[in-house]
Amino acid sequence: MLGGVFHAAVLFLVAAGLQLVFGVQKILNLACGSFYALGAYAGVSAVSFTLAAGAPPAVFPAVLVGAGLALALVGPVVERLLRTIYDRDESFQLLLTFALVLMFEDVIRFVWGSAPHQLGNVYLVYGQLRVGGLVIPVYNLVVIAAAGVIAALMGGMLTRTRFGRIVRATAENRRMAEALGVDVSRVYVRVFTLGVALGTVGGALVIPATAAVNEMGIDLIVEAFAVVVIGGLGSMRGAVAGALIVGIMRAVAVATYPEVEMLAIYVVVIAVLVLRPAGLFAKAAA
Amino acid sequence: MSIRLAVAAALCALALFPLAGRDYYATLMLPFFGYGIALLGLNLLFGTTGLLSFGHALFLALGAYTAAFLTSKLGVLDLEVILAAAAVTGALVAVPTGLLCVRYVRIYFGMLTLAFGMLFYSFLLKFYAVTGGDEGMRVLRPRLLGLAWAPLGKVEFLTGPFYYYSLALLVVGAVVMWRIVRSPFGLGLRAIRENAGKAEFTGVDVRRYRFCAFVVAAVFGAVGGALLAVPTGLADPLLAYWTHSGNLVFMLLLGGFGNFFGPVLGAFVFIVLQDQVMSVTQYWRFVFGAILAVVVIFFPQGLMGLLDPRQRAGT
Repeated sequence: MLGGVFHAAVLFLVAAGLQLVFGVQKILNLACGSFYALGAYAGVSAVSFTLAAGAPPAVFPAVLVGAGLALALVGPVVERLLRTIYDRDESFQLLLTFALVLMFEDVIRFVWGSAPHQLGNVYLVYGQLRVGGLVIPVYNLVVIAAAGVIAALMGGMLTRTRFGRIVRATAENRRMAEALGVDVSRVYVRVFTLGVALGTVGGALVIPATAAVNEMGIDLIVEAFAVVVIGGLGSMRGAVAGALIVGIMRAVAVATYPEVEMLAIYVVVIAVLVLRPAGLFAKAAA
Repeated sequence: MSIRLAVAAALCALALFPLAGRDYYATLMLPFFGYGIALLGLNLLFGTTGLLSFGHALFLALGAYTAAFLTSKLGVLDLEVILAAAAVTGALVAVPTGLLCVRYVRIYFGMLTLAFGMLFYSFLLKFYAVTGGDEGMRVLRPRLLGLAWAPLGKVEFLTGPFYYYSLALLVVGAVVMWRIVRSPFGLGLRAIRENAGKAEFTGVDVRRYRFCAFVVAAVFGAVGGALLAVPTGLADPLLAYWTHSGNLVFMLLLGGFGNFFGPVLGAFVFIVLQDQVMSVTQYWRFVFGAILAVVVIFFPQGLMGLLDPRQRAGT
């Protein structure tokens, strides 16, 4: 169950990136999974590096988040590429992000090779909590807390700050925002970079718990997709709810009837698409 | 006119190809026939009707697994029966999924088809007893036209009778699709792509037309998938994975979805290019991603758009 929430926390971060970009730029970014994988690999490298430098384990989350944020620098570059097709049919936008998926997969293979990368015992450095009969790795709690903080920060930023207001206005009506003096292309760059950062940080945070493998990106995309569809495209609250539903459902399925693990999720996705195509949480804020 | 000449020339070249004695290249062409048929169907959805499916690999996998099931579990070896069964299975699965999918357009259609594709993928992967899980299922060598071709070795069989069988099937598929596209039904589909509202006004039952296109595309996909599985001798779950669907759309775009022959050309170029690039570098995905990006950004009409100046001016 808690494993499910841990998974949900990571899924939320990636899905939130997907939501943000879709909400504002109306692009369904398949490459969000690639950013997640990129973050994961960078996380492995960063932690191994600090480990070799003899840093105490307490700094790992900070190092991981830092690695994730540093990688967000690819955001503006990718955005520049996407900018060429903003006015095109969304099929083409989808395909361009698919091209990015292919390219990033090989970039990762080129830099880190195709063997899985794993951080040895970092995961358990934080120890375990015993609550009743349950054993909970403390690291899971750290990640869940981190995702919670990020969610709160995002929510605060979108509703309270000037930038958040501009982002929401752009999502609502791009032309109107532009007419009111918003530099939309700058907003796009920032939003996209933020979306990338959410993905890379999510990937980096997951890495002490699992190994980084080549396929992790393309596998996660479909899950993040499921989250977004269940929660409702473009809705942040939907991303939270969707991530929790998918994460917990997976955990429950694995524990009770492993054959239906992913099957159950897709069934829910299809049910939601058919019954409530706008998602369980119809568009509230960007 | 020049298109007709080009098609005739291409057909002759394909027919003479195995005689050149380069078995490697002849076997390389085998997946092309399967993909060609599947893409003809997919283009009816995307090029003609304007619906982008990101789960079409579902039907290819369905065809491949039908072939595997019939040959290795039921002992049915006649390829004619297998292809017919694949077509029927494809249609049977397409009816419920199509009824749900065609209620949506644009991005929602793509997402729903993606979800169905992945649903089938996880079914194939997890229900080991029925599908063989990640090992897939073997597809035994079929009989063609009631003959076993027993004296021929594997390569001889594939580059000989099976090659021409596939080629003939692709031609038949293309002729059938040509008739469909030129029929009033095909015109209705094109009207829907251009403007669904106006089409509805002129008496086209939009949802039923879309549904029919979906089913036809599924049948072509399943037949193509069954044909694909014979040379590889294996049906595995990755056939249904979403990246495979992505590759199908890639081929479509590469060839040019606005042209009838675009998808077939796309399948051809994709396969040859993949073979060439893979022999040069293991990072072929990167090269392909870059090619796709260039095509999407600069040549949305694909190779056919480059070859056919009329189209370039027209769109």
